[in-house]
Amino acid sequence: MIPCQNLDRLFDVIVIGAGPAGLAAALAAWEEGARDVLICERATEPGGILDQCIHNGFGLEIFREELTGPEYAGRYLDLLAGTGVELLTDTMVIGIDGHETTEPGAGTMSAAPDVHLVRITGARSGCRDLRARAVVLAMGCRERSRGGIALPGSRPSGILTAGAAQRYVNIEGWSVGRRVVILGSGDIGLIMARRLTLEGARVLACVELLPWSGGLIRNIVQCLNDFDIPLLLGHTVIAVHGRRRLEGVTVAAVDPDSRRPIPGTEQHFDCDTLLLSVGLIPENELTRAAGIPLDSRTRGAVVDENMETGTPGIFACGNVLHVHDLVDYVSAESARAGRAAARYALSREARPDSLAVLPAGELSYVVPQRLTRSGLGRSQTLYGRVRRPLPQAQLLLESDGVVLARWKRERLTPGEMIRLNVPAVILQQAGSGLVLRAEPLDLTTEEERP
Amino acid sequence: MHYDLIVIGCGVVGAAVARLASLRGLGVLVLEAAHDVACGASKANSAILHAGFDPEPGTLMAKTNVRGVELCRDICAELDVPRHEIGALVLGFGQEDLAHLELLLERGRQNGVGGLRIVGQAELRALEPGVSLEATAALYAPSSAVVDPWELTLAMTENALANGARLELGARVTAIRRGDGFEVETDDGRSFACHSIVNAAGVEAGAVHRLIGGSDWGSRPTRGEYYLLDKSAGHAARHTLFQCPTAAGKGVLVSPTVHGNLIVGPNAELIADGHATETTAAGLAEVAAAARRSLPKLPLHENIRNFAGIRAACDADDFIIAPSPVDPAFINLAGIKSPGLSSAPAIAEMALELLGAAGVEFVDRPDAIRGRKRVRFRDLDLEERQRLIAADPAWGRVVCRCETITEAEIVAAIHGPVPATSIDAVKRHAGAGMGRCQGGFCGPRVQALLARELGLSYADICQHEPGSHIVLGPLGAPVTEEGGAL
Ligand SMILES: Cc1cc2nc3c(=O)[nH]c(=O)nc-3n(C[C@H](O)[C@H](O)[C@H](O)COP(=O)(O)OP(=O)(O)OC[C@H]3O[C@@H](n4cnc5c(N)ncnc54)[C@H](O)[C@@H]3O)c2cc1C
Repeated sequence: MIPCQNLDRLFDVIVIGAGPAGLAAALAAWEEGARDVLICERATEPGGILDQCIHNGFGLEIFREELTGPEYAGRYLDLLAGTGVELLTDTMVIGIDGHETTEPGAGTMSAAPDVHLVRITGARSGCRDLRARAVVLAMGCRERSRGGIALPGSRPSGILTAGAAQRYVNIEGWSVGRRVVILGSGDIGLIMARRLTLEGARVLACVELLPWSGGLIRNIVQCLNDFDIPLLLGHTVIAVHGRRRLEGVTVAAVDPDSRRPIPGTEQHFDCDTLLLSVGLIPENELTRAAGIPLDSRTRGAVVDENMETGTPGIFACGNVLHVHDLVDYVSAESARAGRAAARYALSREARPDSLAVLPAGELSYVVPQRLTRSGLGRSQTLYGRVRRPLPQAQLLLESDGVVLARWKRERLTPGEMIRLNVPAVILQQAGSGLVLRAEPLDLTTEEERP
Repeated sequence: MHYDLIVIGCGVVGAAVARLASLRGLGVLVLEAAHDVACGASKANSAILHAGFDPEPGTLMAKTNVRGVELCRDICAELDVPRHEIGALVLGFGQEDLAHLELLLERGRQNGVGGLRIVGQAELRALEPGVSLEATAALYAPSSAVVDPWELTLAMTENALANGARLELGARVTAIRRGDGFEVETDDGRSFACHSIVNAAGVEAGAVHRLIGGSDWGSRPTRGEYYLLDKSAGHAARHTLFQCPTAAGKGVLVSPTVHGNLIVGPNAELIADGHATETTAAGLAEVAAAARRSLPKLPLHENIRNFAGIRAACDADDFIIAPSPVDPAFINLAGIKSPGLSSAPAIAEMALELLGAAGVEFVDRPDAIRGRKRVRFRDLDLEERQRLIAADPAWGRVVCRCETITEAEIVAAIHGPVPATSIDAVKRHAGAGMGRCQGGFCGPRVQALLARELGLSYADICQHEPGSHIVLGPLGAPVTEEGGAL
């Protein structure tokens, strides 16, 4: 990868974000034949969130090795080193096609219909519109903050998201607290429970509203159980105390149905730090401002199997599209986006018709949300998540009320993404649309069926 | 140094007094207990410049409200404070409320509010498509506006400082001695002499008045809790939507803010401690339920922050804008509950009149500075941005991604006339951290800028008041240097 010199030319592909999604997309675009490929990154270094993930567990699928986050990013940087993909760091993209995220309306619209404008601002690059045939959105996601869960109480310091704490500890080298409670059992929270313990803090409890954890099972075992950190399922923080620095939190059990706190179950924890690991939100402000249709379930763009959004020539991949559990899947999906973006830029062929793929039953979402007619001629990977844990389940692919295929799965949990490879022979039978349904499988009733 | 006037408290009222007094030639000192201006009620309120139909005719509230918003229009223009005249609708639910709308209309007429009229359901729905079907009519007040109360307070303070006033932050007044003028002591042991005092201490005005042996008007602090929603929900309402006041209080409003967010609140709860700004599950649930009555599809899942403000209510039904019975050169501005933000500039005018009556002399200052300009990167066109970045690359570094606030704007706030020295102060002065991630992304970066610019350690930087540290200290072992996105 080389620093970008000439910003005036028409790029084949501009990738927004140099995290795992952006790196994989840019690499794939290059491999597909695009020669003017640029990645814009707001940080000083590429790598995105991987830079602060110093724990291992990355790369098992793609590299068949356990790598740390920075090592995983390093592999991609090595691969990119042999290409002419260009990188512009310290550069924030603030708008697409003249639409800025903060809506001042100072937009210059695209001159040619098949050219997209990417508005950047940076200390060196200045504030200007870059031109590209195709754009790949790879901005990642952000953590839900305190407001997102309307956590009542005072507003002292010492309440921060798990990812922010991770950055303080792993990148900047600061201690964030001595006595810690973690609210939410997302993966970053679990990882930080172990990390802070290793740094000498006492993690008093991990408190989860739902009756199950949203994190990977391996993280619960390796980050909580191995360190005797209690996981309080079906509990929540109902009040925070302290005016300057956090002094404590009140935790209560919740009713499993209403999720309301049960009076009389309150317990107090003396703590100076509360980490929030209560969900990730795809960072789609640029997407929304540009008028690209979003899926209210994933909070990411609606895409087809090429990861192309509703706006021709704009693609999306990685956590900006839907929140993934493993980085390997981000890379795989992003490579698809990068290849398709390159093909679009080089051939500019019109997009074929597509049909919708909808989630049903216990499936909370499915990506891609559309398949093109030509895509039905190849096998495709569908991603999704279940709403609640299903010990035994079946996945049904339906079209116009007919079941085209059925897969049995064990131990589906909301914390782990479903990846389903659907062969072309099945897809070719699709009618006007597809539905992917997840159902609990009750073995006794299943056998009684004709 | 002997000051003509000491203003105690730098909320919107104190700032308005300081500004006007300095424009009229007085030597002014402002003493503020907190480490920034606008840290009391002026920080946490609904941010509405009320049209003026609500207060009972003849009261000081009515008089100052109508005059105040008129003055605010010019002040906001002169001092570059965001203000949008979006209009307000008081929703009527059925026949009973209609009578109340008529009453408000009549009050508004008597108070001299222009443009008021009652609209039927069809027009209401055209004006405000998302409103509840149960709302059958509304009082429409086109002159109602929204404002940034932090910036209004800051801008008036800065204007006062530009005209020679002095501001001491972290200076809580703990004692006042009367003699030839006053001797005012602060908690850090300093003392300041002056000829006259304006008490603009908000919820603590009673306590300050007691320092000279005056009464405290039976303080009854009343808390109001809020939701603040993301800008993506900012279009859920087009106007400020009020409900008819009930016995329980003025009612919960839903309104776009001047920055394009949606504000929802407040309830009204009498509390013992005038500083208890925590939110409660019960209070927030009450606000949510009430607001859904106006806007059934209220997207509360877009919430980015909850907060609470405390109204400086007291036993008097009206504002107290009067010289102290103890000393005519000590002017009380007390019980300044809502619409105090709207009224502030008019309250300041009255305070100056009272000072005049107490023998203070004013001079015309044709040289006075009346303007103030703030450069907001995101509002500039490409060429202007390009020019700024060429002159100083810090204009090109976006620190707050949600609000597109640059390093240059943050550095300017840190070294501003009222220096922003905490993360929250930077938020109020420069806008960084006001967005949907609430400083999750920019907080550490703002912290690094504060440390760099103030020559402090990262660990010294506080979220808000002293003691609200964000990190405890370096980790045990030395750690690699961070590349940083700064
Ligand atoms: C929930 C709520 C909603 C509201 N909504 C609106 C609205 O929409 N529109 C409107 O017009 N009005 C509204 N108001 C009213 C308005 O916010 C207040 O009237 C106004 O902000 C009061 O300003 P102030 O300067 O008097 O008080 P404050 O802003 O409270 O300032 C007082 C200052 O005095 C300082 N101080 C106190 N004691 C001392 C001491 N001993 N020494 C030094 N300094 C001291 C404090 O630190 C503080 O900074 C609302 C109020 C609340 C609480």
